[in-house]
Amino acid sequence: MPNMSLDKVKMPEQEPDIRNKNFKEVALGYEEAMAIEEAQRCLNCKTKPCVSGCPVNVKIPEFIQLVAEGRFEEAYDKIKETNSLPAVCGRVCPQESQCEQLCVRAKKGESVGIGRLERFVADWHMKNGSRAVNKAESNGIKVAVVGSGPAGLTCAGDLAKLGYEVTVFEAFHVPGGVLMYGIPEFRLPKALVQEEIQTVKDLGVDIRTNMVIGKVLSIDELKEEGYKAVFIGSGAGLPSFMKIPGENLNGVYSANEFLTRINLMSAYKFPDADTPVFVGKSVAVVGGGNVAMDAARSAKRLGAERVYIIYRRSEAEMPARLEEVHHAKEEGIIFKVLTNPKRILGTDDGWVKGIECVDMELGEPDKSGRRRPVEKKGSEHILDLETVIIAIGQSPNPLISKTTPGLDIQSWGGIIVEEETGATSKSGVYAGGDAVTGAATVILAMGAGKKAAESIHKLLSEA
Amino acid sequence: MFKIIRKQTLNPTVVLMDIEAPFVARKAEPGQFIMLRINESGERIPLTVADYDREKGIVTIIYQIVGKTTRALSEMSEGDALLDFVGPLGTASHLEGYKKVAVVGGGLGTAIAYPQAKKLHALGAEVHAITGFRNKELIILEKEMGNVSDKLVVATDDGSNGNKGFVTNVLKQLIDEGNKYDLVIAIGPLVMMRAVSNLTREYGIKTIVSMNSIMIDGTGMCGGCRLTVGGETKFACVDGPDFDGHLIDFDEAMRRQGMYKNQERQSEDKHACRLGGVTNA
Repeated sequence: MPNMSLDKVKMPEQEPDIRNKNFKEVALGYEEAMAIEEAQRCLNCKTKPCVSGCPVNVKIPEFIQLVAEGRFEEAYDKIKETNSLPAVCGRVCPQESQCEQLCVRAKKGESVGIGRLERFVADWHMKNGSRAVNKAESNGIKVAVVGSGPAGLTCAGDLAKLGYEVTVFEAFHVPGGVLMYGIPEFRLPKALVQEEIQTVKDLGVDIRTNMVIGKVLSIDELKEEGYKAVFIGSGAGLPSFMKIPGENLNGVYSANEFLTRINLMSAYKFPDADTPVFVGKSVAVVGGGNVAMDAARSAKRLGAERVYIIYRRSEAEMPARLEEVHHAKEEGIIFKVLTNPKRILGTDDGWVKGIECVDMELGEPDKSGRRRPVEKKGSEHILDLETVIIAIGQSPNPLISKTTPGLDIQSWGGIIVEEETGATSKSGVYAGGDAVTGAATVILAMGAGKKAAESIHKLLSEA
Repeated sequence: MFKIIRKQTLNPTVVLMDIEAPFVARKAEPGQFIMLRINESGERIPLTVADYDREKGIVTIIYQIVGKTTRALSEMSEGDALLDFVGPLGTASHLEGYKKVAVVGGGLGTAIAYPQAKKLHALGAEVHAITGFRNKELIILEKEMGNVSDKLVVATDDGSNGNKGFVTNVLKQLIDEGNKYDLVIAIGPLVMMRAVSNLTREYGIKTIVSMNSIMIDGTGMCGGCRLTVGGETKFACVDGPDFDGHLIDFDEAMRRQGMYKNQERQSEDKHACRLGGVTNA
């Protein structure tokens, strides 16, 4: 008999006033009994709309039935058939707009907590499960993957399962891409990311760090080295600035820099870790996406007394996940919506002392259908602060496109691919994830990596 | 891991190391740099490629002990290994097509100017090298610079080597004596590069400087190293580190370089305490 409760089983989390002073994970995850109870809310319906909402098509009802029966390790194996990084996806996927949005139970009450269950299963496996892996027999064919973020890791894992000899080239000193430098510890613990990446390495994937493709080797040189196909999953790491006066003052960061210092370089442990970061008493984060929420919540944890989110549209238009906005508010982040920065003001010795903003109102819808914000005349006002973090978006790093003749890109830098296959304009070269779409989500990048792996397999097995 | 093959102390605060890094050695060109990290809790710091041996797979770095990381690096020995060493990064210097060049190095900047002088010399340019140090004890790479230049003037601020003066005085004198340079390369502290740029602007001589901004990733993903060049924001790690010295906003660059002064002191103090056996962490 299914559990007909309209609400998800609650997931324990740290209290807002405690967690906004530490970098430990906010959400604590289900206990076994909670997971079984939640799993029993799944009706195991025949149509499985949830699966079509998942970019990597996790066999959702099947794994959930195994959880309901307490067969957690089997549930893990079921998820891993199609998803290389379940501990990551269970935590950072926007399930509300993917699998859970299509859940039959969501028609009345809350959907099944698919993300929470996926996370539970992955965590349970790490604690209790077997590390034995069935490594595929090598077919001797070498494939190169550029970038070890979600897209690259998924593509590499899938190809390794098919017997390919996969080498992943990573520019940073640790693999993981945005999972390591972008998403903070309190949403996605870094030790866990590395453990999950180990499961991909266990399949036989060789990850080489400190290798900046485009500098140390070009895509063409990779092919000369005997790689029969190349997948580019180099992400969207180029930060956008606003091009307003004062942006180069001391105390102004791109969100990429701020988060890289904190997440990748552990600047929150300074001076135990050597990388410093500067956070004043008052901090403004400009932008309304998940990156802005992450930066604001990180600044709060570093001791800022006041942290503002400055966003030019209204809260309804914010691209950040609802849950993150909710968490940010609970933690005391101050939202200044319909507000746009005009210039950053500095002290005589060149440090930020404030930001001049103007109020906005929503005008006519633009091409994207969103109502365009328009300045309200005479509403200029100044916020006093010491730190400004700019989180208005990223575009693909041009390092690879500039050094790869024959690789077609969009005017804004995204690599152009055939949607069905991930094939680029260059033969044998595929691409996916943020390098193609611009900044999007972890799971969409994984879906693109998966699709490209299928295309590469088709190309190389038919050759 | 990247092994330290050779370590040589060039002066009381400047150290040379040959690092085993075959992939970097294969591609490195003058003007490029690497980022290194000593250990797990370490920061990433940029250092210029001072020399390379493609066949042996070795990259030479020369650094000055100025804070915690460079001090810790200087305490490492031959046979030890660095955790991370990534490169070559940045855009290589454009050195082709010049007939007569003045290469000006200030202090440690001499080590960064050396590969440029070497390449210009190999390309057949007439190279005049001017290097400047505070005193005689600090002079580095005199022989090496001599080998790749047609003229070398080593100046000291206090005249302890018998040649008192700043590099700018020497350069001005050489220009006034009728040397027609089609390029000046100036590498050293920001104040020195600004002084050289101000001088050559008067004479209308093209001047390239090598900017030493604070960097984190070194691949263009954060903008920590941004500079204003000719009114536009540029990233030193990908657009540079070489820039037209006449277009740089040096005041802004100096300010940004000092952004972490307090933290840097705190970090070094802590390191010094640990070395002294004092635990106050």
